[in-house]
Amino acid sequence: MTEAPHAGLAVNGTPYESVIGIECHVELRTQTKMFCGCRNVFGAEPNSNVCPTCLGMPGALPVPNRLALELLVKAGLAFGADIPAFSKFDRKNYFYPDMPKDYQISQYDTPLTQGGLVEFWVRDGTRGRCRLTRIHLEEDTGKSSHAGSRDGRIAGSKHSLVDFNRAGVPLMECVSEPDIRTGPQAVAYLETLKRTFVALGVSDVKMEEGSLRCDVNLSLRPLGSSAYGTKTEIKNMNSFRSVERAIESEIARQAALLARGERIVQETRGWDEAAGTTHSMRSKEEAHDYRYFPDPDLSPIAFAGDDIARLRGELGILPNARIERFISDGVPLVQALQLIDTPGLAAYYETAATLSGKPQATLNFVLGDLSRLANETGIPVHASRVTASALAELVALVDAGTINSKTAKDLLGRLWADGGSARTLVESEGLAQVSDPGAIDTVVAEVLAANGKTVADYRAGKTKVLGFLVGSVMKQSRGKANPQLVEERLRAALETTGVS
Amino acid sequence: MMASDDIDVAYVAKLARIALSPDETERFGTQLTALLEHVAALEKLAVADVPATAQVVPSENVVRDDVPRPSLERETVLEAAPERQGAYFRVPRIIAEDSIVGEET
Amino acid sequence: MTVPETAAEIARAVNERELSAAAIAAEFEARIHLREAAVGAFLTQTGALALAHAERVDARVRAGEELPLAGVPLAIKDNMCLTGTRTTCGSKILENWTAPYTATAVQRLLDAGALPVGKTNLDEFAMGSSCENSALGTTRNPWDRERVPGGSSGGSVAAVAAGEAVLALGSDTGGSIREPAAFCGVVGFKPTYGRVSRYGLIAFASSLDQIGPVARTVQDAARCYDVMAGHDPLDATSLARPVAATHNGLRDDLRGVRIGLVNEFTLSALGADVRATYERAYADLEGLGADLVDVSLPTADYGVATYYLIAPAECSSNLARFDGMRYGLRVPGADVAETYERTRAAGFGDEVKRRILIGTHALSSGYYDAYYVRAQKARTLIAADFATAFQRCDAIAAPAAASEAFRFAAKSDPYSMYLMDYYTIPMSLAGLPALSVPCGFVTPPDGAHPLPLGLQLTTPLFEERTLLGIAHAYERATMHASVRPPIAANETARV
Ligand SMILES: [Mg+2]
Ligand SMILES: [Zn+2]
Repeated sequence: MTEAPHAGLAVNGTPYESVIGIECHVELRTQTKMFCGCRNVFGAEPNSNVCPTCLGMPGALPVPNRLALELLVKAGLAFGADIPAFSKFDRKNYFYPDMPKDYQISQYDTPLTQGGLVEFWVRDGTRGRCRLTRIHLEEDTGKSSHAGSRDGRIAGSKHSLVDFNRAGVPLMECVSEPDIRTGPQAVAYLETLKRTFVALGVSDVKMEEGSLRCDVNLSLRPLGSSAYGTKTEIKNMNSFRSVERAIESEIARQAALLARGERIVQETRGWDEAAGTTHSMRSKEEAHDYRYFPDPDLSPIAFAGDDIARLRGELGILPNARIERFISDGVPLVQALQLIDTPGLAAYYETAATLSGKPQATLNFVLGDLSRLANETGIPVHASRVTASALAELVALVDAGTINSKTAKDLLGRLWADGGSARTLVESEGLAQVSDPGAIDTVVAEVLAANGKTVADYRAGKTKVLGFLVGSVMKQSRGKANPQLVEERLRAALETTGVS
Repeated sequence: MMASDDIDVAYVAKLARIALSPDETERFGTQLTALLEHVAALEKLAVADVPATAQVVPSENVVRDDVPRPSLERETVLEAAPERQGAYFRVPRIIAEDSIVGEET
Repeated sequence: MTVPETAAEIARAVNERELSAAAIAAEFEARIHLREAAVGAFLTQTGALALAHAERVDARVRAGEELPLAGVPLAIKDNMCLTGTRTTCGSKILENWTAPYTATAVQRLLDAGALPVGKTNLDEFAMGSSCENSALGTTRNPWDRERVPGGSSGGSVAAVAAGEAVLALGSDTGGSIREPAAFCGVVGFKPTYGRVSRYGLIAFASSLDQIGPVARTVQDAARCYDVMAGHDPLDATSLARPVAATHNGLRDDLRGVRIGLVNEFTLSALGADVRATYERAYADLEGLGADLVDVSLPTADYGVATYYLIAPAECSSNLARFDGMRYGLRVPGADVAETYERTRAAGFGDEVKRRILIGTHALSSGYYDAYYVRAQKARTLIAADFATAFQRCDAIAAPAAASEAFRFAAKSDPYSMYLMDYYTIPMSLAGLPALSVPCGFVTPPDGAHPLPLGLQLTTPLFEERTLLGIAHAYERATMHASVRPPIAANETARV
């Protein structure tokens, strides 16, 4: 569906393209786990949020969390997915020490949502789209760590330590169609999922806390071919950057194999962040027989039209729609993404821009001075003492020529520290810009009188000293003079012979 | 379709994670093959257009609110563990050294 | 005074403070001590716990509360959790596991004043029809110690029959309450699937398992059921619909009641005495005013085959969690895979292994549709047959078991054991309420003692009130339940 193939990818002179699908596991933001009332929180003491149900104790039973179901449906609706009339939970049977029941409650053939389309912007300015196959609900596993080995990895360890706090946390699995072609597209797809889920309150999507994990399926084929090549599945990426690197690395590996006339083995490969390469984890020949069957402990889920309409109504304005609007307002793509990906910033900008009626000037303050102050102080712009209305007032003061940009910058620093109203400060401290030519001429005359040598230099043709003279006038006026007018009056004065 | 002598006991025991001696594999194979011959009687039932019953008393949308309930005391939980290390369950190393298996979700 | 024989009388006496619950707890601890060597109903005795509960019951009664099960000694099948007590499922894999929580059904009975006297023996993980599959003990039939009590709830029925408890909880998946109740001459009642919460019942086959009461009388079973039944927010399969009280719906005659006799359940396969007993039972129903009608269950013959795909499939998944990682037995191996395999090989008995293996097979790739899905479809047909039959009758009468209690080791072929549940499995597959009520005695050619038989009655889904009403009328008229096995016949202890 996307048009941009991997630039320059070729095998022995034949142009090739990579075909990429992504499976994401995203933890849902609920108070409690999927099937029990234990808390769903990150970072609690090991094995402190566990009960008979999420520990798979004999006799315990699951009861689904309504909110988790609704959050997942909202996630699907945000991308135009269908919500089937009937959905059920199935058991996926396999043994693993961090999976308490030795089966995972998941969904096999009746996911809660089907289809959907993710449209995204790649940072190079191109757009792309990737179809969703499905989003289904399942429960997370516990977390193992591997004591006894030097580097904490599984290999070389004598035993593993398991914390079941994460076991049973609601997880949505988002499966994409193989519509992605490049690493940057993959990142753009993931960023779009992330910002949408964050905006919906569906998940906090923190890869570093494991609330988003993704696997990449990748194969190569001659450009123009519709058949798929043999794919590999890549796991263990812990950032969007590593997803991109892993994809580039795997494309290069597969291309090199094909160039040598070798076969690609269908297998799972792990990404090694330090080495920058993927390595074989196991081959698919070691077949899994998950013995899916409907979970007899749970009843089917049927969302009624009313429920779906209500959830659709709760979606609000989605990040993609806002990006679209920013771009149509003339905001460059990279800055539109910066606005949307900084928590609270887009809404702050939108409010201030609406109040001031000057989107471009507002954007410059938001992404410039305010973002710098936010970085320096660690306080997000939207939570700072500079309210959106105070910023709008400031923008209006600049626009009206009441204050100059130097004063505006200083004022912003004071508003950041102390809050308050820009207009009040300007009035009480007499910071309004001086645009009276007579008053400026007085200062200009003083400055020229005090800088005879510079004036002589200028008149001798060294016109670049004008800047120094402008600065001196500005300083003399304590920054309040209108800079354009200062320059204009200075030139006039300098070019008038006989003044000394 | 419902071949009665088709159970591969060794394969099924592997899936079910039960170690069987050769004798047991043989004995269970005989017994289970006999049982499968009995259940093959179901082939005589015409079921093509019959819906499958997963739940005999139908219900749907049985859910709970997202409200926390108390968890178990950690000591109670860990005391029951065959092996523990501090606040963790201690389990044998997850797989043999030469084949690293990733986390499934 | 002596302790009355029924829960109804005990609760009345305790509520009216004629008897203290504490005295009853002490009496039953002593009685169990005397009789257990002969019966072996219990895997764990909890006399101290019963006494502690009794003291609380006495305090509540003194404070003016009236409790429906005040001071009633209760035996609990050992596949139900009770906080702080060993809960084993009759398996080596859970031999030393202490439950950290209490099953909802158990909790409701305790809150109603019942005294937990112990945890009873069962076929391992409730898989069996004789109690011989327990890895942890042998339970004997109180009527003839050379014979099995039936199963899987063998310990619970033996405890009630031998007077070691007044009420007991069993669980019924394919007949595990009704068949042993018939073998031991007590009332065993399986409610509609979903009536009683399964939370805390260690699952065998989740879509079939149902907790139910074992009692001396239908009235006691009704009283126990009324306390237990009803929606539990911790069990998503427990029914939300209201429960009509049954204990006040008991009737004395069967005028106007249509009772169906199943054409396919011919009695000719049964022994002559057994057949004669059932024919007399049907005649007694008619004598009480019931209209006997013929009904047909054309797919009932497929019940056993259907059941032995569905139940093992579910059990293969339900029992995966017994893996030696978080609780229970662990037999260490070189790595985790070997630890799983050794633990489960050592922890499970042969019958459990057989069912896990057949169930794994039925769900495995390439066989799922042929076995599991086909069985689920057969289940639909079986339930539909009952629905059709119930258009012609209010209840169905049938044998509760294919024979009287048999001798230990008499059924060495697994399939011959499976056939013991031929008459009870179809009702389980259809989720129907069904019970076994004593209907007479036979003395088998190879035995010296008369052995009880049970009449199975079944009604449509949710019709527990009708079912218990009919059973009560039959029980009252025939008096079979008043005959006690010798070990329990002489309860003269004064308290
Ligand atoms: Mg998954
Ligand atoms: Zn929990």
